[in-house]
Amino acid sequence: MSTEQEQRTIRCLVAKVGLDGHDRGAHVIARAFRDAGFEVIYSGLHKSPDDIVQAAVQEDVDVLGISILSGAHDTLVPKIMDGLDEYDALEDTLVIIGGIIPDDDREELYEAGVANIFGPGSTMEETIEFVRENAPER
Amino acid sequence: MSEDTLVDELLAGKHRALARVITKIENRSPGYRDLVSQLHEHTGNAEVIGITGSPGAGKSTLVDKMASTYRDRGETVGVIAIDPSSPFTGGAVLGDRIRMASNVGDMDVFFRSMSARGSLGGLSTATTDAVKALDAFGKDKIIVETVGAGQNEIEIVKTADTVSVLVPPGSGDDIQMLKAGILEIADIFVVNKADMDGADRTVMELQEMVGMRDASPMAGHHGADTLADTDDAGGDEGTDADEGWQPAIVETIAKTGEGVEGFLGTIDEHVTWLSESGELEAQARQRYEAEIKTLLREDTAGLLQEELTARGGLEAYIDRVLRRETDPYAVADELMAPLEDCVAGARDGR
Repeated sequence: MSTEQEQRTIRCLVAKVGLDGHDRGAHVIARAFRDAGFEVIYSGLHKSPDDIVQAAVQEDVDVLGISILSGAHDTLVPKIMDGLDEYDALEDTLVIIGGIIPDDDREELYEAGVANIFGPGSTMEETIEFVRENAPER
Repeated sequence: MSEDTLVDELLAGKHRALARVITKIENRSPGYRDLVSQLHEHTGNAEVIGITGSPGAGKSTLVDKMASTYRDRGETVGVIAIDPSSPFTGGAVLGDRIRMASNVGDMDVFFRSMSARGSLGGLSTATTDAVKALDAFGKDKIIVETVGAGQNEIEIVKTADTVSVLVPPGSGDDIQMLKAGILEIADIFVVNKADMDGADRTVMELQEMVGMRDASPMAGHHGADTLADTDDAGGDEGTDADEGWQPAIVETIAKTGEGVEGFLGTIDEHVTWLSESGELEAQARQRYEAEIKTLLREDTAGLLQEELTARGGLEAYIDRVLRRETDPYAVADELMAPLEDCVAGARDGR
């Protein structure tokens, strides 16, 4: 029946966290995701980890893309992960990071539950492909 | 998560469960119907407010200020913000959340962005169901926000008890456009950005229009009994139960929050009028009627689709119509015949 036909769309939150005003990358990725057929919610600039957790939980996104170029990822990202966990959302949210993350810091973020990190030079296709393949089954 | 635990968790106030229920509603996931069915008995306590208007009118900013004012009064708020999606890719950027600056970090404002996923009529069903989820969750006020552009949007705001239409100043031609469709559904006109040039003029134009509407025997959706009372000094809404509701006109500056208290006061007046005049129940009856009819339409369409698929799709029929071997009416008759037989058989058997 038509009303039982599933119309699943991948939902993403593109988030800017902390004191970091560089949002060009976030805008570009938001647009690319939209053109890939995803529904994209953009957080706006200077959000706190709590704001982002609130948005991710309420919007029930499949994917949380955190854009961060400020160097504060080792403090801010774990806070977001803890917040997601608090609302039982950590398990089935795909968390990816875009921006400048030194190699030395990556392992720690992966351990916290980040699925992938896309640094400078990553292509849109690569990112979209990763999301398509890894968006959680619900 | 099974449907039953989801419903229990939602009723227990778990945000994650509420969010997931709305996702299932949006996706039309298997079992979403049972979910909504179970929720229905817990609904009917929230006040639903619809906000519509042209892009850039200030809807999201106003909703943000409304939500924070309600929060100051100790009430909980749910917001559903609907944005258009691309007809080509189905993708969408849902940007209303950015404007919710006054309520970030406050979990008692549940804000949910939805995209118009293209399915005709499907969106109003999804919105109605999402409102039910928020209602059952226990939200005191539910605000449904959508760009007012066409019939689909008008269907959506009909889920609301009180419909507010935002009109930015200096939109003379827009008002002409509003006359056609949105005028009939507005309970309150909000002239937002009231500090801008031309705001007074817009207020005046609206007052004239509202006056004209009342002088017409074809007056709006509240019925033709709104003929009374032509001393409209403007914005003086007829609050007497037997006088009908004359659309109120309020001015706000959403950015600073000015006029928002007054706007909410007018909403309260409208709700009081609704319940005193019995219009609230009449509206609810209309809504449920429309809801049942929509579901019936969708279900029968689905049944037909199954029959079509079983016969190998429409293509072959279209070929025959093109070759003038048959015509669309005959095809429709042929496809409907087995369904009609079934229904007739079942009715006789009773």
